Amino acid sequence: MCLAIPGKIVEMLPGDSAQALVEVLGVRRKVDLGLLEEADPGRVGDWVLIHVGFAMSKVSERHAMEQIRLLEALGETEAAAIELRQGLEAT
Amino acid sequence: MKYVDEFRRPELIGKAREEIRRLIDPSRHYRFMEVCGGHTHAIYRFGLKDLLPRNIELVHGPGCPVCVLPMGRIDDGLALARQPEVIFTAFGDMMRVPGTHGSPLEQKARGVDVRIVYSPADALKIAEANPDRHVLFFAIGFETTAPSTALTLKRARERGIGNFSVFCNHVTIIPAIRAILDSPDMRIDAFIGPGHVSTVIGCRPYEWIARNEKKPIVVSGFEPLDILQAVAMLLRQLRNGEAKVENQYGRVVPWEGNRSALKALAEVFELRPYFEWRGLGFISQSALRIRDEYAEWDAERRFTVPGVRVTDPKAAQCGEVLKGVLQPAQCKLFGKECTPEHPIGALMVSSEGSCAAYYTFEHRKAAVGAP
Ligand code: SF4
Repeated sequence: MCLAIPGKIVEMLPGDSAQALVEVLGVRRKVDLGLLEEADPGRVGDWVLIHVGFAMSKVSERHAMEQIRLLEALGETEAAAIELRQGLEAT
Repeated sequence: MKYVDEFRRPELIGKAREEIRRLIDPSRHYRFMEVCGGHTHAIYRFGLKDLLPRNIELVHGPGCPVCVLPMGRIDDGLALARQPEVIFTAFGDMMRVPGTHGSPLEQKARGVDVRIVYSPADALKIAEANPDRHVLFFAIGFETTAPSTALTLKRARERGIGNFSVFCNHVTIIPAIRAILDSPDMRIDAFIGPGHVSTVIGCRPYEWIARNEKKPIVVSGFEPLDILQAVAMLLRQLRNGEAKVENQYGRVVPWEGNRSALKALAEVFELRPYFEWRGLGFISQSALRIRDEYAEWDAERRFTVPGVRVTDPKAAQCGEVLKGVLQPAQCKLFGKECTPEHPIGALMVSSEGSCAAYYTFEHRKAAVGAP
């Protein structure tokens, strides 16, 4: 729960509350970008670190890859993907 | 050792270890506390203890959100879950945490409407889809998670969703560190600061530890190399007689934190006068509650909360382990009555809990290696 999952913004969703589709570990889900710094709110193509469905910070692609490898090494990617899907089923 | 080699950059790992050997005083014993449960998990997973000199002891801190929650709060949340109109939602981490009358998962088996969510935003969506029910989100977590709950409450208000509320158990890391430093049985030489909490709060809030308590603190990432580098940085400070805050995880953690997240926190939450922590007791100003402006979405105000207080089973030593006074295997129940399959304390449930991490990676290893 503590470790953030990197994802790439693939589409901004209409409406005013900073919702985007983000691809996370092969799963596309809606992510709220409302916690990113106002001066740098995130665009299509950006990598973000996601924690419980909210983008917490923007990171470089290189760091995003490092973080994915770390999650893999920790054995967390599978659990994370399952959680992400659970989130989608909940909707 | 194996995991680290598999992981990557063995030459850099080797350099960091050399640096540690160069900086260490072999005649003394060091106790470093890693505050964050994510670090605890990584330390066991990568077998980092085997890479450090024997006179460095890593002590596990209180940074596992489900572990620090007293059982009474779980009982309170489950009491609300049993109201027929309520859909009880919580993170997967919470589901197996034992309450007096079983865990949320066990309650589900008995017919209570308990659902796992990945995000508080998913709980809000369930509320939108079920207008005739009331969706309660059992919120846990430190400053990493609290902004997401805050923004979810803001979204609930924006969209006028009235059948949703939050049972708030968010806690703050700094008062917990202070409580540990104040505890008379505790001797910590320095801290490995939490990585992701710091992306929100930044590095400044730790400055008092360095200034007033004269303890070095290095905010660290989660890779083996990060943690080894953080250890080297702590050793360097100790050798030079310094105590300051350093940021090893600058690629993610800005010194000032995340202003949007801090703003959302301040808008929705305020500090509680005090809150009970498992093992650490009541700590003043250590937890968040929902502000009056959001009272409509505050489960503690919408429902009558029983306010249960239960003491942990006598033989369970979760408190001592949480404070770092005991290592997991020193608990009398460890690996006997208490295992990940049959957890007695929450530290045996979450992958960030030190008992579960120790059991999964060290205990099994020892069992396999035994003649
Ligand atoms: S082994 Fe079980 S009872 Fe003992 S400290 Fe760990 S979680 Fe608590």
